[in-house]
Amino acid sequence: MTEPVLPPIGMLAELTHRCPLQCAYCSNPVELLKANREMDTQGWVSLFEQAADLGVLQVHLSGGEPTLRTDLAELIASLARRGVYTNLITAGVGIADGRIEAFADAGLDHIQLSFQGARAATTEKIGNSRGAHEKKLETARRVRKVDLPLTINAPIHRHNMEEVPEFIELALSLGAERLEIANVQYAGWALLNRNALMPEREAVERQVQIVEEAQERLRGIMTIDFVTPDYFAIYPKPCMGGWARDAFMVAPDGTVLPCHAAGTIKSLHFERFGDWSLSRIWHESSAFNAFRGTDWMLEPCRSCERKEIDWGGCRCQAMAIAGDAAATDPACIKSPLHARMGALIKEAVNTKTSDQTPDAFTYRRIGRVAEPII
Amino acid sequence: MIETTRVRTIVSMQSKPVLKRHVRLQYDKVREAWALLSPERVFWPNEVSLDILRLCDGRHSVAQMIALLGDLYGADEAEITPDVTGFLQEWSDKFLVTL
Repeated sequence: MTEPVLPPIGMLAELTHRCPLQCAYCSNPVELLKANREMDTQGWVSLFEQAADLGVLQVHLSGGEPTLRTDLAELIASLARRGVYTNLITAGVGIADGRIEAFADAGLDHIQLSFQGARAATTEKIGNSRGAHEKKLETARRVRKVDLPLTINAPIHRHNMEEVPEFIELALSLGAERLEIANVQYAGWALLNRNALMPEREAVERQVQIVEEAQERLRGIMTIDFVTPDYFAIYPKPCMGGWARDAFMVAPDGTVLPCHAAGTIKSLHFERFGDWSLSRIWHESSAFNAFRGTDWMLEPCRSCERKEIDWGGCRCQAMAIAGDAAATDPACIKSPLHARMGALIKEAVNTKTSDQTPDAFTYRRIGRVAEPII
Repeated sequence: MIETTRVRTIVSMQSKPVLKRHVRLQYDKVREAWALLSPERVFWPNEVSLDILRLCDGRHSVAQMIALLGDLYGADEAEITPDVTGFLQEWSDKFLVTL
């Protein structure tokens, strides 16, 4: 390494893979872990202590559905004690009375609540869960009641993209400070369901316009963040802000990874917290050092003036589409495989017109299927 | 759907800015720097920003803030007014400060 390794700022803690919803766009790995593989309370608290010592300032508590952990308030309190900023990422379905209040009392800083659709029928279809929409509305009201700041998260794809204007109205009516409209990232279950989820180019362009207009109109009223779709991009995203540069994630069993899809890169080995300390993993893990900085880059990244802007893009997407985790992210126009992205969009759209049941998702379930072969 | 009438707040000399509840200014011992923590981002304010943010306590009006900052930096109040109000408007628009 030519550059010194800086301390991490952010950590995504996937506390559990269990979830009441079965969203086909989920970015969790297809091989989900059962409850008996989850790290216990003491393990997570110890990890959080080490994370704070190492320099982590923000922890995103996610899953699966993190509120299924009965010790969640205790975990939040352990982070709050150390001054770490806590963000709960929840589907907002089935949270028992009094628990949101308990999270707030424990020191929770912020809640991000997902909506699969702006309409009840869409939310129910995407998550394969009846009554989910009404439960989410109720969760949002309870969040506002305890005066916790609220972000509404809307993951968008072919089946709900036309609801973007309604998502904006919904977030406004729920009193959210922030709305995140995120084009689905094709990892995990979303990759498995790619042909069923991929939008058409014209639909993406329409939504970009609607969002830009709303961002202008709602300045100072509500923030709208827009996560652009990789497959329609010219340059790749700086995935995770650069591999192992300032953030990492932890799987339910304590395995520490540079990003949530890194497990798809089979040539890498990932350490588990407990076997190694967090500091040792951050500094010495071969998986973390594999794509750190710019020394690992091949052409066209190596000589590219954007190499410290997008850090070569997403390693997992390079693996999935180029078959080589060290390749340039094919989302980049400079990648020799960039045309493959366009071909995959066409393939998905053709599937839609030829398939009699275009809405047939492989819903997310523990123990359901094996990893997809691309 | 509930009808909402949310409007953008515009900074005035009478505003008494305060950091939002979900925003926290704290000293980071690891990096030996002040960090402003917010839902999705960590900001590293420079010295001037830090002096403004520290006065966002809900007690000082913008006019008082400008007078204090003028003293602190030996600067003309009229000269720094657009900088301070511009900063506060931007931070209000980003939901970091309540005016």
